Amino acid sequence: MSFINYLSREINCKLVYYGPGLCGKTTNLQYIYNKTAPDAKGKMISLATEQERTLFFDFLPLSLGEIRGFRTRFHLYTVPGQVFYDASRKLILKGVDGVIFVADSQIERMEANIESIENLRTNLAEQGYSLDKVPFVMQYNKRDLPSAAPVEELRSMLNPTNAVEFEAVASTGQGVFDTLKAVAKLVLTELRKGSGAPG
Amino acid sequence: MNPQMVMYEEEFNQIQTVVDRLVKEANARVVFIVDKNGQLISSSGDIENLDTTSLASLTAGNIAATGGMAKLLKENEFATQFHEGEKQNVHIQLVGNRVILVVIFDARSSLGLVRLRVRKASDELNGIFEALLNKVAAPGADAPFAEITDEDIDNLFND
Repeated sequence: MSFINYLSREINCKLVYYGPGLCGKTTNLQYIYNKTAPDAKGKMISLATEQERTLFFDFLPLSLGEIRGFRTRFHLYTVPGQVFYDASRKLILKGVDGVIFVADSQIERMEANIESIENLRTNLAEQGYSLDKVPFVMQYNKRDLPSAAPVEELRSMLNPTNAVEFEAVASTGQGVFDTLKAVAKLVLTELRKGSGAPG
Repeated sequence: MNPQMVMYEEEFNQIQTVVDRLVKEANARVVFIVDKNGQLISSSGDIENLDTTSLASLTAGNIAATGGMAKLLKENEFATQFHEGEKQNVHIQLVGNRVILVVIFDARSSLGLVRLRVRKASDELNGIFEALLNKVAAPGADAPFAEITDEDIDNLFND
């Protein structure tokens, strides 16, 4: 849920990176963190296990610049991808303004992708959101791996509604900012539509 | 879904007055208010070397996790949390199930005093936020973003 502050002339929005375990959500955030100027970002927080698996969430606050005199800030969160952390995923989706689904392109992860996107749909519905209405971008990650499935196949399984989609290699940064910009744009467009009305 | 959170100058000043006073009356180091989604609303006290953005997000995560536990135990909520450190302590209070009031204090204060002052401040804040939400939900509320164009949005990304 975006937060508009008239006094500090700021608008804050929440973006959530969703996807199966080890698909590259945290890697997306790390790349954004590394490539963003120090004055435009806050500290990146990772609540992770000793094995560097996300336990609760990663958090990265970003400042994107001004729009009509309002500073736009985006709070980026990842969810823990492992199946048994579902209770935590539900919490992180609360108040979300935009969702990025990071799919693992490897053919052997297809089932995990499908399970995760179905889980996303269910958990959004529990909050009263619909995946078809909330600003949503699909990222096919790990395109560089030899076992990557063709994009057409991923699309037919994961993105039947033709949401905006990008191919990515998060470890090298390919597609990472394109994905972020696309979802930020959708969120701001949504804000314009819903402006002033409780959403 | 919760209505969108909007902050106007009038209500912000009222909230800031309560928060400033709470710092003094509770002998606290820092007081801040966060909405349940992790957005910092107001802060006061010794915040210069404090990463309030991160603290806000972690506080909201904490409250969300505790709320999840409450649900599993069929409790309505756990409205109060207390974290005791060696030098500093943190008192976290859910206000009106909408915002979170956080008080950081050290040996100059005590849990009893903090609890007492937080209780009074919570009532005041509850009233302010209720009025604010009614204002936001009222028809004809300001819509600053109704006017933005595709170009405005594109310009944000031309770097």
